[in-house]
Amino acid sequence: MEALHYLCTHKIVTIDSSSLFSVSFEQIGILHNRFKQLSHNEETLLRENFSKIPDLECNPIRSQIIEAFFDRRNFRQNGEGTVEEIGFEEFLVTMSHFRPPTLNMSEHQREGVRRDKLRFLFNMHDTDNDGTITLEEYRHVVEELLSLSEAMEKDTAKSIADAAMLEVASISMGHMEPDEFYEGITFEHFLKLLNGFEIESRMYVRFLNMDTTTLCK
Amino acid sequence: MCEPRAARRSAAGPPLTGFVCVLLLVCVSVASASLDVGNNETRRTAAAETAEDPHHPTNSTGLKKAFPVLALNYDYVRKPFEIALWILLALLMKLGFHIIPRVSNVVPESCLLIGVGLLVGGIIRAIREEAPVLNTELFFLYLLPPIILDAGYFLPIRAFTENMGTILVFAVVGTLWNAFFIGGMIFGVCQIEGAQLAGVDLLSCLLFGTIVSAVDPVAVLAVFEEIHINELLYILVFGESLLNDAVTVVLYHLFEEFSHAGTVTVADAFLGIACFFVVSLGGIMVGAIYGLLGAFTSRFTSHTRVIEPLFVFLYSYMAYLSAEVFHLSGIMSLIACGVTMRPYVEANVSHKSYTTIKYFMKMWSSVSETLIFIFLGVSTVAGPHAWNWTFVILTVVLCLVSRVLGVIGLTYIINKFRIVKLTKKDQFIMAYGGLRGAIAFSLGFLLTDDNEMKSMFLTAIITVIFFTVIVQGMTIRPLVELLAVKRKNESKGSINEEIHTQFLDHLLTGIEDVCGHYGHHHWKDKLNRFNKTYVKRWLIAGERSTEPQLISFYNKMEMKQAMMLVESGSAARPPTHASSVSMQNIQPRESARGRAIPSISKSREQEIRKVLRGHLQNTRQRLRSYSRHDLLVDPFEDHVSEVRFRKQRVEMERRMSHYLTVPANRQETPAVRKVCFEPEHRVYTYDDGESPRGRAAQPRPGPADGVSLVSESPPGLGARGPDQEQEVQEEKEEQEEQDQLKLSRCLSDPGPNHNKEEEE
Repeated sequence: MEALHYLCTHKIVTIDSSSLFSVSFEQIGILHNRFKQLSHNEETLLRENFSKIPDLECNPIRSQIIEAFFDRRNFRQNGEGTVEEIGFEEFLVTMSHFRPPTLNMSEHQREGVRRDKLRFLFNMHDTDNDGTITLEEYRHVVEELLSLSEAMEKDTAKSIADAAMLEVASISMGHMEPDEFYEGITFEHFLKLLNGFEIESRMYVRFLNMDTTTLCK
Repeated sequence: MCEPRAARRSAAGPPLTGFVCVLLLVCVSVASASLDVGNNETRRTAAAETAEDPHHPTNSTGLKKAFPVLALNYDYVRKPFEIALWILLALLMKLGFHIIPRVSNVVPESCLLIGVGLLVGGIIRAIREEAPVLNTELFFLYLLPPIILDAGYFLPIRAFTENMGTILVFAVVGTLWNAFFIGGMIFGVCQIEGAQLAGVDLLSCLLFGTIVSAVDPVAVLAVFEEIHINELLYILVFGESLLNDAVTVVLYHLFEEFSHAGTVTVADAFLGIACFFVVSLGGIMVGAIYGLLGAFTSRFTSHTRVIEPLFVFLYSYMAYLSAEVFHLSGIMSLIACGVTMRPYVEANVSHKSYTTIKYFMKMWSSVSETLIFIFLGVSTVAGPHAWNWTFVILTVVLCLVSRVLGVIGLTYIINKFRIVKLTKKDQFIMAYGGLRGAIAFSLGFLLTDDNEMKSMFLTAIITVIFFTVIVQGMTIRPLVELLAVKRKNESKGSINEEIHTQFLDHLLTGIEDVCGHYGHHHWKDKLNRFNKTYVKRWLIAGERSTEPQLISFYNKMEMKQAMMLVESGSAARPPTHASSVSMQNIQPRESARGRAIPSISKSREQEIRKVLRGHLQNTRQRLRSYSRHDLLVDPFEDHVSEVRFRKQRVEMERRMSHYLTVPANRQETPAVRKVCFEPEHRVYTYDDGESPRGRAAQPRPGPADGVSLVSESPPGLGARGPDQEQEVQEEKEEQEEQDQLKLSRCLSDPGPNHNKEEEE
């Protein structure tokens, strides 16, 4: 099978065995087909390939999604910055962030999965890669979310982002003097903020039943 | 001041009052019995549906009697009097239970109410009166709809749709399994047993199995509400209890028909399956139509806010009744109506109507539930019973066994398709939470009288109900604690979670699109977009039709926070904010942008506050001496809070447009902390009391606002526009007199313009 052959020749070793990435070869094959489809049988994907997906047009955060694929922080190699093109390996690794949870995970494993997924989200928000989500970045997030509604006023988004930031600061810092300044949301604060969010059971895509050959583009 | 006295009095009050009420009720029944000598009292009259005895007018036959100064005419008010008395009794009982905390912690309310019902039934029987019985009409037409409407309207949609497959499997397949298993096993045992039970044929057994197998929403709600279990389990059990109504209806009618006909053919079985689809889908459709009608109507109610809640209730009730006309599933219709109507109605109605709807629904469903359990107790004592040890014990055991087997078996199958699998703990709670209730009883009652096993069936049904509600209901709470089942996450609405929920939705939709996979999120996204472009335009009035969900959520939260502050402000209690983080801690320090803000020192701030406080106290003292009764002080506060309310609401409605100049009609600004903005991208929070939006506005706080300002804000907080602080102080000194005048003016004013308020 072509996917397997690909694996053998290109030696995908980045998938950590403890990460419970329980994806079968069949699923890798499906994703590989999709990769080929998107890249028009090239070896690598460019940003333009993503932009051509029609369903993605209506998505308010499409630019951030696309950027996430080209963000080296998501490649699990502790890299930084962005790349211009990605191969199948990187595509797969980025997709692995959306694996469904397995049944009997220990608390430690569950925590690891949570951190992993929240890290992905964090990287999506923290565009300048300084380790914190500043107010500006957060405002940008909210603006993007509201970007598709017609009657949006910029100030509404700002108020919402500010209120949200205030909430984060309240939760994380508790008490602050009037002179102190809250730099931004660090990853630890982010974890604390979304503590009750149960992201490990919400952030997943079912890979198993995909049949991409019948769906064009 | 008189609180301890009142508390002591009320501790003794309700049980005493309840007892008095019971006594009164009994006396009333006795009196009515003796009054109606010669009249036929119809059998099995519910207190609500007493067939009216003809009122015998006393004809004077020529003999002139003295003009009666005081006359007794009980018949005239008999029906409403008895209804009201029953409801009052029920509610007083409920009140009494909650005052005695020890009891209500151990025993769930439903058990207590059944107990009371038994007691009352016993008393009534002891004096050889005809007790009101929970007849089918009363139950299905009057008592059940409010509970279902309440449940359906406030159904957590997200959890429900995410688990829809599981719920449907449990509701349909689970109930079928239960019905056939119980019916079949009972028939089998009856055949083995002696001649005592041989008269029970298969169809009767199956009918009985159907009646006793359905999980009851009323009982589930009553018990689960008290144990605060996590949302997933709640929605699974509760959703199942709602959706199995269609199955129950179909099976019941099917077996009822067949038990008369005698034989079943394959064609009948197919017709039954077709009937199931018709019943359920038809019910949903009827409900959805009424729901859309209701939503459409609410679009035009902006001028008649007072009757808005009525539309919600009436359309829902009509949906239920219309479905019942065609023997469709009334429960599913009601749920569909509530679910369809809710998002649009909530966007259209005023805040007060929303509160009214919420509270009336809760009130009615609470009363209904209470009455149902009490009547269940009364009917138990009153009804015809035929106790058969084998049959009854068998029924109870079989119910438990079939439920457990059903849950285990179905979970095994379902877990193959679920991402978040159901653990053994979940399965246990689901099996244990399958309570039977009044629906089973009413359906049993509905059995035609020529079914000779009826009394035996009824006894068995009642025993099962008692067993599940009392034994399982009482023990489920300690079990939940013992097994450390996850409890409900009592989180307040968090704007961050809302942002991320939306973000995640879009992200997952995007990933699915990248994968080329038309999955769950893709379709949900499509539905949302369809909803936004077409449906909302028709059903939501005005500009709110284009409001994104995030913004409406944010507004709701601000509203809630504003109201919290208003309430705490008028009671002069400190706000409940735990942290002292304010906007100035997070806004970026941008010295280049805008004008330089002179920072106000803490001591200066204190000084200003002291001055304001002192000024205000003077005013209030003056006020007190001016008013002859204290009444003037209170409406003053009400007036202010009303004004705050109104002001805040107006704020929301105007969508934070830019305020550059003083608004033409200067109103008292509410002392509410809110996030606002300035044209120059500087955002800060302030207490509105002294700084309106926009620099040019003259801050003129009403002293009332001053007091709430001072008492509300914790010391470290208060990022006011400092320049406006200065203005406050200066102007305040000049305008003391004017404030006085304004204050007295606003007092003598009849109050805010009600029309304006309704306009919201």
